[in-house]
Amino acid sequence: MAEKKSKKKDPKEWRIEIDAERCKGCGFCVEFCPKNTLAMSDDFNSKGYHPPMVADPESCTYCDMCEMICPEFAIFAVSEKNKKDTHFSDDALRMDRMPHIWCPGCGIGTVVNALTQALEAAEIPRDKTQIVSGIGCTGRVAGYMDMDSYHTTHGRAIPFATGLSLGAPDQKIVVVSGDGDLTAIGGNHFFHAARRNANMTVICVNNFIYGMTGGQTAPTTPQTAIGITTPYGAFDQPFNLPFIAESCGAVYVARWTIYHVRHLQNAIKAALLKPGFSLVEVIAPCPTLYGRRNKLGDGLDLVKFYKEAAVRVKKGQTTADAAIGYQSEFLVGKFVDRDRPSLTDAMDASLKAKLGDAYAGWPIPG
Amino acid sequence: MENKEVRLGGFGGQGVILAGMILGRAKSIFSNGYATLTQDFGPEARGGAASCAVILSDEPILYPNVFNPDVLLAMSQGAFDKYIADLKKGGILVIEEDLVNPGEVDPSITLFKCPATRFAEEIGRKIVLNIVMYGFLVAVTGLVSEEIARKGVEASIPKGTEKLNFAAFEKGYQYGIEQKAKLG
Amino acid sequence: MKADPKRVLTGNHFMNGNHAAAEGAIAAGCTFAAGYPITPSTEIVESLAARFPKVGGMFVQMEDEIASSICLQGGVWSGRKAMTVTSGPGFSLMMEHIGLAAITETPCVFINVQRTGPSTGLPTKVGQADMMQARFGSHGDYGIIALAPSSPQECFDMTIDCFNLAEEYRTVVFLMSDEMTGHMLEKVVIPEANTIDLVERKFYTGTDKYLPYKPEANGIPLMSKAGMGHNYHITGLTHDERGYPVLTQEVQEVMMERLMGKIKNNVDKLTRVEEFMMEDADIVLVSYGISFRMAYRAMEMAREKGIKVGLLKMITCWPFPEKVITELAKKVKSMIMVELNYGQMYIEMDRFANAHCQTHLVGSACGEVHEPETILNQILEAAKK
Repeated sequence: MAEKKSKKKDPKEWRIEIDAERCKGCGFCVEFCPKNTLAMSDDFNSKGYHPPMVADPESCTYCDMCEMICPEFAIFAVSEKNKKDTHFSDDALRMDRMPHIWCPGCGIGTVVNALTQALEAAEIPRDKTQIVSGIGCTGRVAGYMDMDSYHTTHGRAIPFATGLSLGAPDQKIVVVSGDGDLTAIGGNHFFHAARRNANMTVICVNNFIYGMTGGQTAPTTPQTAIGITTPYGAFDQPFNLPFIAESCGAVYVARWTIYHVRHLQNAIKAALLKPGFSLVEVIAPCPTLYGRRNKLGDGLDLVKFYKEAAVRVKKGQTTADAAIGYQSEFLVGKFVDRDRPSLTDAMDASLKAKLGDAYAGWPIPG
Repeated sequence: MENKEVRLGGFGGQGVILAGMILGRAKSIFSNGYATLTQDFGPEARGGAASCAVILSDEPILYPNVFNPDVLLAMSQGAFDKYIADLKKGGILVIEEDLVNPGEVDPSITLFKCPATRFAEEIGRKIVLNIVMYGFLVAVTGLVSEEIARKGVEASIPKGTEKLNFAAFEKGYQYGIEQKAKLG
Repeated sequence: MKADPKRVLTGNHFMNGNHAAAEGAIAAGCTFAAGYPITPSTEIVESLAARFPKVGGMFVQMEDEIASSICLQGGVWSGRKAMTVTSGPGFSLMMEHIGLAAITETPCVFINVQRTGPSTGLPTKVGQADMMQARFGSHGDYGIIALAPSSPQECFDMTIDCFNLAEEYRTVVFLMSDEMTGHMLEKVVIPEANTIDLVERKFYTGTDKYLPYKPEANGIPLMSKAGMGHNYHITGLTHDERGYPVLTQEVQEVMMERLMGKIKNNVDKLTRVEEFMMEDADIVLVSYGISFRMAYRAMEMAREKGIKVGLLKMITCWPFPEKVITELAKKVKSMIMVELNYGQMYIEMDRFANAHCQTHLVGSACGEVHEPETILNQILEAAKK
């Protein structure tokens, strides 16, 4: 059971626990712990990975960084007094489907953490949450979250979500899918849902590649990067997702990387609480395809780079400045936060105005 | 030579399929024989189970499936558990020593163990553990000659990686010869 | 016309069916491909992406299969041999444009590396359940040609055949491959370029106004291409010989008779089958693609038991080899279709054969090829009757 994030943890009540069998040795926790509390051990778990260990327990301030960033839900703070004995995402996951299929060093698990914590912080009830995914590595998120979830077809999570959000306006609709799924085959739907301000929060995990199908170039692949369908380097200009989302009409647009776990969680929370179409773009590592083909190292190397390359958006900068070049600096932060009627509100207002008392209203029972 | 059927299994990412491809290439291209490789993998790019089966023959192969291989190479516990029952009586079992605990195997089966991950890390890169296992496999089974086996490796690796891969092959092969000699 | 030696990877290769298909396309003179990633077909476009820039050609990854299936047609009308590659879910998306290619008589090749369906199904497992869809998947009536390879060697050879057929008949041709054949590695012998015969596009070179749908004696019109000065109009609407939309019954009838006739009247020429152990057979297995190889083993096992079993391998699945099947049905006791679906080519076989002999199906759509014992059991059943 998770405890309220706002309460600072008393070190005497807590300790760090590591589920070695869950670990895939990505090294995120060790690297990003602000207090150097952790180190990689020399042991192997049964899959041949080296798990971390608590090297310096006294130094731990229980800041939750490791628990938030761990994509395998393998390291977490426990406390008998505070009744917490598992990773804070476990409660929101279909534990009978673990372990998940994502590679060591993949950031999707981290995004799941941000989402589970954002849902809790926003106090959105489990049974009012609908998770809709498309096809691809990120598309598998729907299958792992223990709430109504939909693993739809490639590129069509958004039109499905549109139907669900129109038919059940009291539900919180969250679309979680990858850059290829949402912006290539799903592009047309992305534009229209943003234009219409359909009620949904879209979390786009952007790893600059088509992961699951083997590393093909995506509309987000930076110029000159290698994808297996542009083996000599991508030459098209990629999409600048915040720019497109804004120009199509999205009311909330933010971008973070998986390193920025707290900001990411807060951005998702804000997006969830905002009516209309929100986009949270998450820059995430794909070590197996993007990293390997471009000789950029493993997941940890990619995240370390993204941490340094991410620059907070400043006053005066707009989404037009948010383009991402190959291995260069890029903007992160909140780009758009505005208000306009959502699709259902606009529909309602228009019909009411036109039909008056003759309008049967919406929603009507199904 | 009678057809020889080999199953190779492990985790996605261990290079199991590549090892099978090298074996098939060695036999069909450099040995002027025939080989059919069929493979099995889940949609996840890494971490899921990966396996392949290779049929080696001196004649064209029509039926491509392997049910009861003569040789099982298991690089993960999962692969071992899944395929051990299919291994022919009197067959050869080759395992990654640190990752597979075979327990009690049928006494007719000849068991060979190789700590390929450790050897690969010693050579410098964990990623060549499959080449270590391939060298070891060839040494203990004699499916193809050392020279043909090495030609298979050479034809299957990216240019510039010869030194690393040949070192891995040598290490596995020599260790295999030693292990085979120990059996007498 | 022979293949261009600069494009042919002559030699012995240990390669999978997908790579072999890509090499076949390159050898056939394909210089344009549009596609979208989908398991288990992506190795084909990945090969093209790597090879085309070096041998001459362009692969463009489109935003989805709908875009790919029409982009390639633009490629064809630019004067090129063009193709796309997909699997089940993508095949479904491409259906509207397959109809467009059929009515506009755009010569092109679609490769479907079939996987287990329906829907997302088992993306990395084998299937042969798109066979009826290949024939009837788009709305309306139209004819197509489909070949089924059963080995990487055949993936190479039959891809060349597909391009040749597309040009000869000015039609859509499918290579109905499958995940197992596509991912299986075997020796592929790629011959010298001067042994590979290619059919080139026949362009109109006359001085009268070009009529894009005026048939030659063989019922097939000559092609044109962008910039030849013919100022042609190509439309998906019902059209007359000029290519102009004329939305009348009369024009529809003439157009449809010729379109359907292109295939229907050439069934004998198009039919390609191989026969095994047929001389004394009273039970015949009928199969295609990867299932043929399982059926072959079952035939051997049945022969060991003294049962006189033969095997008919369909290379052309569409148009269906109706005459071959009908004649065979008159000679044997029973015919057993072996395929990886719940009965698709079986429906065709049955409708031609069941007046003359018993028909059976050994079908399966579980993502694995048949075990020969399963086929043998059906043979034993049939032998009893």
